[in-house]
Amino acid sequence: MTALVEVNNLSKAFGGVHAVEDVSFSVEAGQVYSVIGPNGAGKTTLFNLITGLYTPTSGDVKLNGESTVRLQPNELAERGMCRTFQQMQICMNMTAMENVMLGRHLTLKSNLLTTLFRLPALTRDEKAAREKATELMEFVGCGEYLNAEASAMSYGALKRLEIARALAAEPKIVLLDEPAAGLNAVETAALEELIRKIAAQGITVMLVEHDMKLVMGISDRLLVLNYGRVLAEGTPEQIRSNPDVIAAYLGG
Amino acid sequence: MFSEFLQYLFTGITIGATYALIALGFTLIYNASHVINFAQGEFLMVGGMATVSLTAMGVPMLLAVVLAVILAGVLGIALQRLAIAPAKNADVVTLIIITIGASIFIRGLAQLVWGKEYHVMANFSSDEPIQVFGAVLNTQSLWVLGVGAILVAVLVYFFTRTLTGKAILATSMNKDAARLVGIRTQVVLMLAFMVSALLGSIAGIVVAPITFTSYDIGIILGLKGFVAAAIGGLGSGMGAVVGGLALGVVEAMAAGYLSSDYKDAVAFSMILLVLFFLPRGLFGAKVVERV
Amino acid sequence: MAQLSQFRLKGLLILAIVIFAVPLFITNPFHYGLATQIALIAGAVVGLNLLVGFAGQISLGHAGFFGLGAYFSAITTSTYGWSAIPALVVGAIGVAIIAWVVGRPILRLKGHYLSMATLAVGFIIAIILNNEREITGGPDGMPVVPFDVFGWELSPFGQYTLFGMEISGDLAWYLFAGVILLVAVWLAQNLIDSPIGRALRSVHGSEVAASVVGVNTAKYKSLVFVISAVYASVMGALYAHYQGFVTPAIAGFDFSIILITMVVLGGMGSTIGVIIGAVVLELLPQLLADFQDMEMVLFGLILMLTMIFMPKGLLPTAANLLAKRRKKSAGGDV
Ligand SMILES: Nc1ncnc2c1ncn2[C@@H]1O[C@H](COP(=O)(O)OP(=O)(O)OP(=O)(O)O)[C@@H](O)[C@H]1O
Ligand SMILES: [Mg+2]
Repeated sequence: MTALVEVNNLSKAFGGVHAVEDVSFSVEAGQVYSVIGPNGAGKTTLFNLITGLYTPTSGDVKLNGESTVRLQPNELAERGMCRTFQQMQICMNMTAMENVMLGRHLTLKSNLLTTLFRLPALTRDEKAAREKATELMEFVGCGEYLNAEASAMSYGALKRLEIARALAAEPKIVLLDEPAAGLNAVETAALEELIRKIAAQGITVMLVEHDMKLVMGISDRLLVLNYGRVLAEGTPEQIRSNPDVIAAYLGG
Repeated sequence: MFSEFLQYLFTGITIGATYALIALGFTLIYNASHVINFAQGEFLMVGGMATVSLTAMGVPMLLAVVLAVILAGVLGIALQRLAIAPAKNADVVTLIIITIGASIFIRGLAQLVWGKEYHVMANFSSDEPIQVFGAVLNTQSLWVLGVGAILVAVLVYFFTRTLTGKAILATSMNKDAARLVGIRTQVVLMLAFMVSALLGSIAGIVVAPITFTSYDIGIILGLKGFVAAAIGGLGSGMGAVVGGLALGVVEAMAAGYLSSDYKDAVAFSMILLVLFFLPRGLFGAKVVERV
Repeated sequence: MAQLSQFRLKGLLILAIVIFAVPLFITNPFHYGLATQIALIAGAVVGLNLLVGFAGQISLGHAGFFGLGAYFSAITTSTYGWSAIPALVVGAIGVAIIAWVVGRPILRLKGHYLSMATLAVGFIIAIILNNEREITGGPDGMPVVPFDVFGWELSPFGQYTLFGMEISGDLAWYLFAGVILLVAVWLAQNLIDSPIGRALRSVHGSEVAASVVGVNTAKYKSLVFVISAVYASVMGALYAHYQGFVTPAIAGFDFSIILITMVVLGGMGSTIGVIIGAVVLELLPQLLADFQDMEMVLFGLILMLTMIFMPKGLLPTAANLLAKRRKKSAGGDV
């Protein structure tokens, strides 16, 4: 059985900064796989490499056995990979609903002709997309914003909206970069619940998080990065008892 | 054959030096504020026109030059204070349109004050050109090159040795950090516009005897300066100089060997070609956008 | 989105009413001429707004495409005797191909580099039109035959009957241009309120967000560049027939700047707003003409001040003011 995501000796340098260095690991389908590490450890860079936003300096990433380092982010989306961002990426020039409907992009089959003349095929498609988006907004807890402009939403709601947008693409795997950052305890608990529900649908989840309680409770496996390198990899129990991790990170 | 080539080269380097100075003006303002100032060419026009009209009124040449340069400097400061500073949060396009509005405004004023005719400025020194291997070198070209070289040297000194220069550089790299260490960024921005205007007006004055001058020469000169700055890579001083010279030479060669009607087309094709292979120009910083 | 669709119809309806009401107020052929010009240019601006206002990409060379469309029609109809509609269509296809070929590489550029590249493209087109004297008539321009629908001619100097009414050629052309503008707006609004339109707007809102949900941003940028170029080309062709004469000025840098200024002045991303921008910017010189020598100074000043104090453009600023006032008075009632 091949892993869903396989990372081999992956490195990325910015000038002299080795943001990610010689990192290898693999994620099985259906897992919740977390990446932790102190600030600047290279977690976001790793996600950017996996999702095709950066081209690695060396090394390889495979999705379902296919090398993806030459692919653009949109080509990875076509292969079932979607993500959210630490620095939220919401289109503030659109409504909340439109942001989620944007996630349906790949499933909509409109061409220029049906669009320009607003033929019935388009209206049908759009109706279905709106229903799906409504459902997802309610699923992530943005039900009250169905008619809101994105720019009128609170920070926490926007973070959930970004997850809804990622889910709208019906991905096989989602990567969430610090979804709990800036959330209060209640919101974090709701987020944990949401991640569990996503995983329960069979979607593989990769997670970057600083909230240890959340990470340890939810993950099947973890990867610990430090200065761009792998410090440890394993189940939550293994990580918790790993002396290197305790020394460098948890023990502080 | 060779003399012909040399002739085109002289022409190219002379005009290229002017482009380089305009491009440096763009670079200065771009670095300090990330604004592309479409009114840059107007500083040249003001420098040239003011000098011509003052000398015509009987003001001695040197004094006329000084007054013209001061006038341009004041204009630069006014542009920053009155038009750019109040619109600080505007879109890139909006800022472009504001500077275009400013350029139309300045041009309109110039036309009111100085009229629509072409004005001729006398060469600074001898009208007798110098013969070099069969090519003629206008003495004014030497003035352009000499003044250009001095200005570049002064700028290099200013940015590497003086506190004010370093403050401008620091502001261009990181505005917030600059503010934190006590640099008054608004003053720096004003300075950048002023220095850029001084530079432009001096260029406008030395080149005036070669190109003639009129209220509307600023547009095309400004655009060429923008092309030169983009070829070199926006924000790079070195790029501005190289871009300016390269543009001038290519243009002169195209005019000489191909067709003078198409020399501008060659200049604009050149920028497309450069950007095709180097999306940030020859010396532009290569950055990976963070997300 | 419900709001967007509602607004779409409302905007179109208001525009139609305004367009068809204008003839009630003007009788002077000169004014019809101006109104017709405005309608045609506004059509091009609506197209440019798709690129600038919605997809967030700058073009400082769009007049080049306007000029290409105009000259293609001018040359094929006047020199080679083509009928106007096939000329317009073939011209638009040609411009689409050119826009696609140049758009692909230059739309990778960002910010000022993109403005530089588009400016260069516009300049090159204008220079070619200026210099190919045998074909284009050079800087003096060339005359253009009237618009025709397979032999049936529409000329500002003709006399026509519409629904049994006698109307002058000026009025007929104005109505024709008005209908064309309505169609241009309708198509643009359909495009914006669709999956393709969302993809375009997301390129503006967040290019990375767009790409990670599967939007091929390069493709969409090229697409909207081509569409806006086709708008310009078609409007340019009609403009050439209407004017009966073309000069390279309509492809030049100044006109490119006027087009993008109309977009920004009226309000980027607002289809009705940019039409207002076109109206204002076309009428302003007429109003300022009385000031003679002061015209340029005043024009520059007004442009600067408007953009400084209303950076979002006329319509969005007005809409905001209105919304605020409404909120205030609603608050007063409670
Ligand atoms: N686009 C970039 N250009 C230059 N350097 C970068 C870039 N992106 C990241 N870096 C550098 O790479 C290193 C790793 O950054 P990264 O954002 O991946 O860390 P992180 O683990 O996500 O940190 P945090 O927990 O703070 O989000 C840092 O030193 C950062 O400055
Ligand atoms: Mg990070």
